Amino acid sequence: MNLKRYQEVIIKPLIDENPITLQILGICSALAVTNNLTVTLVMCIAVISVISFSNLFISLIRNYIPSSIRIIVQMTIIASLVIVVDELLKAYDYETSKRLSVFVGLIITNCIVMGRAEAFAMKEKPLLSFLDGLGNGIGYSIILIGVAFIRELFGAGTLFGVDVMPEWYMTNNLLLLPPSSFIIIGLFIWLIRSLKPAQIEEDDFEVSVHSTAPNLTKKDIHV
Amino acid sequence: MFEHYLNIFITTVFIENIALSLFLGMCTFIAISKKIDAAFGLGIAVIVVCLITVPLNNLIYNYILREDALSWAGLEGTNLEFVELISYIGVIAASVQILEMFLDKYVPALYNALGQFLPLITVNCAILGASLFMVEKDLMFGESVVYGFGAGFGWALAIVVLAGIREKLKYSDIPDGLKGLGTTFIIVGLMSFGFMSFGGISL
Repeated sequence: MNLKRYQEVIIKPLIDENPITLQILGICSALAVTNNLTVTLVMCIAVISVISFSNLFISLIRNYIPSSIRIIVQMTIIASLVIVVDELLKAYDYETSKRLSVFVGLIITNCIVMGRAEAFAMKEKPLLSFLDGLGNGIGYSIILIGVAFIRELFGAGTLFGVDVMPEWYMTNNLLLLPPSSFIIIGLFIWLIRSLKPAQIEEDDFEVSVHSTAPNLTKKDIHV
Repeated sequence: MFEHYLNIFITTVFIENIALSLFLGMCTFIAISKKIDAAFGLGIAVIVVCLITVPLNNLIYNYILREDALSWAGLEGTNLEFVELISYIGVIAASVQILEMFLDKYVPALYNALGQFLPLITVNCAILGASLFMVEKDLMFGESVVYGFGAGFGWALAIVVLAGIREKLKYSDIPDGLKGLGTTFIIVGLMSFGFMSFGGISL
């Protein structure tokens, strides 16, 4: 195990294999908690810590988990970690904890945590799994913070609750409504895929050749 | 009484639709909505699991976890709310497992139809979310049965509608970067704006 492999598991999930825009994991919380940067930041820290530690602990006991009950074992570990985070949040930042309401609890079923446990931590060494969790958590946070930045800046004209936009700026309340985050994430995906064409999805169908026309490729006819 | 239950049902299905207003269960919602058949199967599975787990969790909350809930057993001043999350997810994982075995033995046709989707449901946040909202709304047992069914039904409705739209869009000429996931996100965004219009209705 060389240093390069460690670097790879941290760097890759940031853009190339981003959990939200490519793996379709952990979307639920991405929408509901992104109208305010402070709340988003707390959520990101919670997710990063849960995912890296759950990866670490699951990887530590991976050789002792019978495969038939592995989902319940993983769930127990993840749920315990989430309870710790939830109680800590209630104790030290009650306001934010109230605003996140059920979404802290829903980290348990955040598919990133479960998905990484299943796909990575069950096979790899503890330290590597920890770093993989860290990388995926940060990849998730980048998208979340990006969305929250746009929504709070243009929706409320503030950042972290401080006014930053000039006075003539009319706030766009539409952006504060949760559905707008779907559209912002959709545009993020467009941006990332335009920069990294390898991520573009193939069509489910084929354009068949016309029986009499010359053999044109898809590119020639601008499909 | 009937009216009250109908109110809860309509509210959960349309006004507080679990997928399009509360954004729960989004991962499966987006990943498995390419074909109507698959979406329909998953929708039915979610309805069944919601209908079982929400009332079950309601009983657990009211008779075991809640503050002073154990007074029927002669124990005063207990408060087990901190194990809420772990007990709900345990109930959900166990009922999914039992349902899977039951269907496999007695209703093989349904088992084959749902087969691959059942295990996925354990990690569907719509189910855990329904239980958590049930606690937040402080529902009684009868109400929780209706709420569970309504939550599952609303989710199923939303995923079937989305799958229908995606099937129609299959042959559309979409910019390369937006193909697949990108458009799906934007469609869901527009759909949930549509569902927000139910928000003004008061029952």
